[in-house]
Amino acid sequence: MRQFVQQLVNGTVLGATYGLIALGYTMVYGIIQLINFAHGEVFMVGAFGGLTVYRYWLPESMTGNVWVALPAVLLVAIVVAVAVAVLMERLAYRPLRNAPRLAPLITAIGVSIFLQEAVRLFYPDGRRQQPFPRLISEGTFEVAGVTVAWVSVFVVVVAVALMVALQVFVKTTKTGKAMRATSQDPESAKLMGIDIDRVIVVTFVLGAALAAVAGVMQGMRFAQIDFRIGFLAGLKAFTAAVLGGIGNLTGAVLGGFVLGIAEALATQYVPHGSSWKDVWAFVVLIGVLVLRPGGLLGERVATRA
Amino acid sequence: MPGATGRRWRGPVVVLLPLLLAVACGGGDEEESGAEGGGQATKVAKIGVIAPLSGDLTATGTGIRNSVELAIRQANEQNKVPGWRIELAAEDDAAKPDVGAQAAAKLASDAAVIGVVGTYNSSVALQVAPVLERANIVQVSPANTNDTLTRGESFRTNPTRPHKNYFRTATLDSLQGGFAADYATRDLNFRTAAIIHDKKAYGQGLADSFRAQFERNGGRVVATETINPGDKDFAAVLTKIRPLNPDLIFYGGEYPEGSLISSQAHGAQGIRAPVMGGDGIVDPTYTKTAGNAANGDFGTSVGAPPEQLPSARQFITDYQRAGFRDPYTAYGALAYDAANAIITTLPAALGSARAVNDEVRRKVLDAVGKVSFDGASGRVAFDAFGDTVTKTLTMYKVENGEFKPVKSGEFRG
Repeated sequence: MRQFVQQLVNGTVLGATYGLIALGYTMVYGIIQLINFAHGEVFMVGAFGGLTVYRYWLPESMTGNVWVALPAVLLVAIVVAVAVAVLMERLAYRPLRNAPRLAPLITAIGVSIFLQEAVRLFYPDGRRQQPFPRLISEGTFEVAGVTVAWVSVFVVVVAVALMVALQVFVKTTKTGKAMRATSQDPESAKLMGIDIDRVIVVTFVLGAALAAVAGVMQGMRFAQIDFRIGFLAGLKAFTAAVLGGIGNLTGAVLGGFVLGIAEALATQYVPHGSSWKDVWAFVVLIGVLVLRPGGLLGERVATRA
Repeated sequence: MPGATGRRWRGPVVVLLPLLLAVACGGGDEEESGAEGGGQATKVAKIGVIAPLSGDLTATGTGIRNSVELAIRQANEQNKVPGWRIELAAEDDAAKPDVGAQAAAKLASDAAVIGVVGTYNSSVALQVAPVLERANIVQVSPANTNDTLTRGESFRTNPTRPHKNYFRTATLDSLQGGFAADYATRDLNFRTAAIIHDKKAYGQGLADSFRAQFERNGGRVVATETINPGDKDFAAVLTKIRPLNPDLIFYGGEYPEGSLISSQAHGAQGIRAPVMGGDGIVDPTYTKTAGNAANGDFGTSVGAPPEQLPSARQFITDYQRAGFRDPYTAYGALAYDAANAIITTLPAALGSARAVNDEVRRKVLDAVGKVSFDGASGRVAFDAFGDTVTKTLTMYKVENGEFKPVKSGEFRG
């Protein structure tokens, strides 16, 4: 039982990161039906932004102070990721807004490779792993025999808080309403006076900010980042988004947690589980898609009018 | 976004997933820099390097590349091959077999290439060796330890040499794993071990040979788990191992994942057992990334510690004087020797040839098998399989964030 709970904890922490990144995929898809494969790289660039402020800009006396260092790292990570995402939308995707659907998808892959290589070539010593500051205590605590690291608590709390905040934003604010309207029918939304371009930029900004936070949290947990972390994280998050029903915010979060927990439990309980954990994660995905082609919370596929 | 779901998205997903995977495996680059010097010599022979120059294993790959460059520079300065200038042709394999095979094909198609030093990863060498063999280019690896490369699939019972062009200055996994197991059972008195490996040729081979000797010595392997190269979160695997309470976690793999296993096991998971690995984890990056968690961990490496070998001191001095920005790492001396094994044969093989050609390549290939000299890492000579005759191994222990040699010796099975 203790093992089971411990694995649930492991999976939840893993899932929180997946979910946070998955939100970016699902939001962009919801608005412009683009699977933004460069989103994993936004996550990576955010982490590098956070590292940069810590390493080069923060005065030495401040680096040990969590209350200064952590907000500074998060803030700059978000700013860098948002800037990259806005540029990406403006330069790569907007010109292709009315192009056949495959064109922006291929472009997204191009942007992804571009960002990876840019960091590899131009970040100081970017080819290799960069040590990332842990920022908060490496310590752990125990509840009923289950060990939890403080950083894991931080990761899950921040992730869930941001997920809730995003829901509130989309449901209650005027911009949120505009986003929902655009996602339902961009043409009509435009006729109602909604500035579609602005809504799309806001979508990219929100997704990038969440990804940047996820990037910093991953850096803090593993104390290292490199230019390739975006690929695997992006792939898993994309899977989570599809699992939950792409285009659906709650679905992305749920998908993230289901995927993370499935991986952890498969490792524990399936014979040779550790070799096959990714296989089991995708078996879960395929199983869900066979039964519910739209994903866990996706709605029935309706052809657009 | 309620109401915005499930339009026709499956098409792009199905098309793109494999595409994306393919892209992820590409991305090799090259890094070339000609060695300077050589006076008015006009004829050019190139020595290739295939090693990871990008990605997680960059530190090691760069050390190999630089050490080969050092050997080439010295050969040119001392005019070891009269009438010829030797150049370095370094290719990145990104630690991936397919990228390595492309790099090998590129070097094989370059008429001036006379030999190749590399690779770092055994899994990459399995793809590289046959490509170079077809072009009769000699390959000397400073780091491959997988037994099958020189002795074939049934290396334990019926060893046969698969590639006539393949040599190595590094010793074998079967010796390294056995040496580690002996140390664990005899010197540390460990009785139980959990094994984790990364499913790559090197990691799995090392883990298998450790297990065989550990069990022969009366030890018990309580769990065997695998991970994926590139993974960062090993909480699930470690949670599974913790209640089994092993004396030791043996890891077959390299430092990017090994250091995370150490930091997560000794940190969040609260496991006390040290991590032990092979030469793949003995790297400054391991201790830097794992921090305090790495203290007490063990790693075996090939050869005696360079700092303690008189023959290696000259190499270390020369390397430092050459002004390379990156350290020579665990394989520097072995790579330097590998390059010199090729260079030594060149005066006779190139002789009066107008350019590098197939005949010259064959001559070099034959001659490398017969070299015998004292190199930076010890005696450099190869047996009938292409393996080094120097089989010294060293056990290192992490103390105060640094790998310190604790025992050197040979494993005799």
